[in-house]
Amino acid sequence: MAVIQMALRYIRKEILVLPTRVIAVLFVLTLLLLPFLTQDMYILRILAIAAIFAIFAASWDLLSGFVGQISFGHALFFGVAAYTTALLNLRLGWSPVITIPLGALVAVLVGLLVGIPCLRLKGPYLGLATLAFPIMLMGIIFVFPGFFGGELGISGITRLAALRIHEYYLAVGLMLVLCFIMWKITDSKIGIIFHAIREDEIAVRASGINTIKFKLLAFCLSGFFAGIAGGLFTHFLRIAGPSMLAVLMSFQAIIWTIFGGIATIYGAVAGVFILYPTLEILRAAAEYRMLIFALIVLLVLRVMPEGITTFIRDKLERECPRCKVRNAFNRKEFRVCYSNMHG
Amino acid sequence: MLSDILVYGLMNGAVYAMLAVGFSLIFGAARIINLAHTAFFMLAAYAVFYLGFSMALHPVIAIPLAILIVVLVGVFVYYVFMEPIREHETAVLIITVAVALVFQEVILIVFGGHYRGVSNIVSGYVSPMGIRISYQYLLTMGVVSFSLLAVWLVLMKTRLGVAIRSSAQDREIANLMGMNVARIAAATMAISVALAAIAGVMVAPLYTLEPHMWLDPLVLVLAIVILGGLGSIKGSFIGALILAFIEVIVVFTMPGGAFLKVAIALAIMLVILVVRPEGLYGVYLEGER
Repeated sequence: MAVIQMALRYIRKEILVLPTRVIAVLFVLTLLLLPFLTQDMYILRILAIAAIFAIFAASWDLLSGFVGQISFGHALFFGVAAYTTALLNLRLGWSPVITIPLGALVAVLVGLLVGIPCLRLKGPYLGLATLAFPIMLMGIIFVFPGFFGGELGISGITRLAALRIHEYYLAVGLMLVLCFIMWKITDSKIGIIFHAIREDEIAVRASGINTIKFKLLAFCLSGFFAGIAGGLFTHFLRIAGPSMLAVLMSFQAIIWTIFGGIATIYGAVAGVFILYPTLEILRAAAEYRMLIFALIVLLVLRVMPEGITTFIRDKLERECPRCKVRNAFNRKEFRVCYSNMHG
Repeated sequence: MLSDILVYGLMNGAVYAMLAVGFSLIFGAARIINLAHTAFFMLAAYAVFYLGFSMALHPVIAIPLAILIVVLVGVFVYYVFMEPIREHETAVLIITVAVALVFQEVILIVFGGHYRGVSNIVSGYVSPMGIRISYQYLLTMGVVSFSLLAVWLVLMKTRLGVAIRSSAQDREIANLMGMNVARIAAATMAISVALAAIAGVMVAPLYTLEPHMWLDPLVLVLAIVILGGLGSIKGSFIGALILAFIEVIVVFTMPGGAFLKVAIALAIMLVILVVRPEGLYGVYLEGER
């Protein structure tokens, strides 16, 4: 009884007070309970892919949004992990349980490999230098079509799980867990250093913090999460192709994250879950599909340049100028310090 | 083969220089990474295709009209979508991608995905020392050199040029000195788009027109401006020549060169960047907040 009372109290005091927390909880519950409402293969497939892309977008947000190391070549991690996973699975016959973590580890190594020469580069230079890596790798893949499958890619990979519903829960479950971990990382002490590096790297270095270590850590962490997304995607689609390294793949992650709200993690997730299904629904519009999509992105960003989640959060909530605790917009007084909200 | 490398290298170098200098200008004056830059180039090529063939206008009318239309579109895009949200740099970046996608899709809907060609403005060729150079190449190189010279003169000798250069150095101080930085940025955008449009109308007869033709030059232009140093006109020019020659040499001498040309050009860019993080002639962005 006492446990239930405590749980109810927690829900009332910690979740229902803030509209954005209510939205987040509803979103998670909807994702988890959806298979009980519909068994439609198509809907489950779209949402599972969206979940995988959400991990990918959030990993970009971790590196570029939080640490400020803007990367235009994030598809590198995704593609390297995808190809590693595919080759291990097809040539050695290993199961996804082993291939996906190994793919992610290779992506971490690649993260180090890219991170070390890029440490000296700043801002746009870094972004455009990272753009080069996946394109160079794609050139190599086209030159050795026998091993990498060339333009057609590698197909015939085993499924993620036997049933579509299991695949759905695996993708969505991993997305929720990994994004929660990323969100916690950005909230931890490491996260504070990440923030500080973005704002003023020289000041951080002057405070006696080894920024090189933390920047490499960011590259590795981001590569790891993007790698898991790449491995999952390969086993889900059962193909690894050069399109996973394309410039468009890198920019998709950037578009989703900035559309949702940069440097938030949940913004990346929201961006994917809004834009990816939208693009699928727009298949009804045939040849106008990409045009409508581009116009939606254009107009939404024109109105909400800080991203859709940040925009909505600032409309629904106000931060108390004194105690820095967020409050629902319709309250009369702040919930912690009880000072008048409109006075 | 050597003569082919020379001709194609100079030709591609000239076109890339036009694109890279424009890209560099707008980055310098407004700190906008305009990923739609080569989309304007494509738009100009299609505009000249439409005006010259579907409307059957004489090239002397069609070409300036195409450039004018593209410049007007560019200034419109700047004022409506970029200027109001200039402080949100990442949002501007994605807006430029969205603008490029809109251009691509509009062209796909209006003209279809077929490969299109525009016939040469001038026909015939000269062959000094056995090298065959068509008049179209000579005309293109002449126009490119003239335009780059004109831009350089504007930047160095006019009031507008001084304003552009000063707002590239420090936008806030330029603003405090009483310059209308938004209008300067718009003027820079017009010059930058005009350069892309001139390149577009000149190479329309030499390239195949298709709605995705903006992507490959975009990657190279980004590599060039990074190689030469962001915001440096001289760097962009030299970087364009270097990467264009590397590309042409790889295509002519290596097996599988067509797949590797971009990869090798980018690898050389990376090597130079590791040695000089600010590019060949770039200003080091250390002090910039």
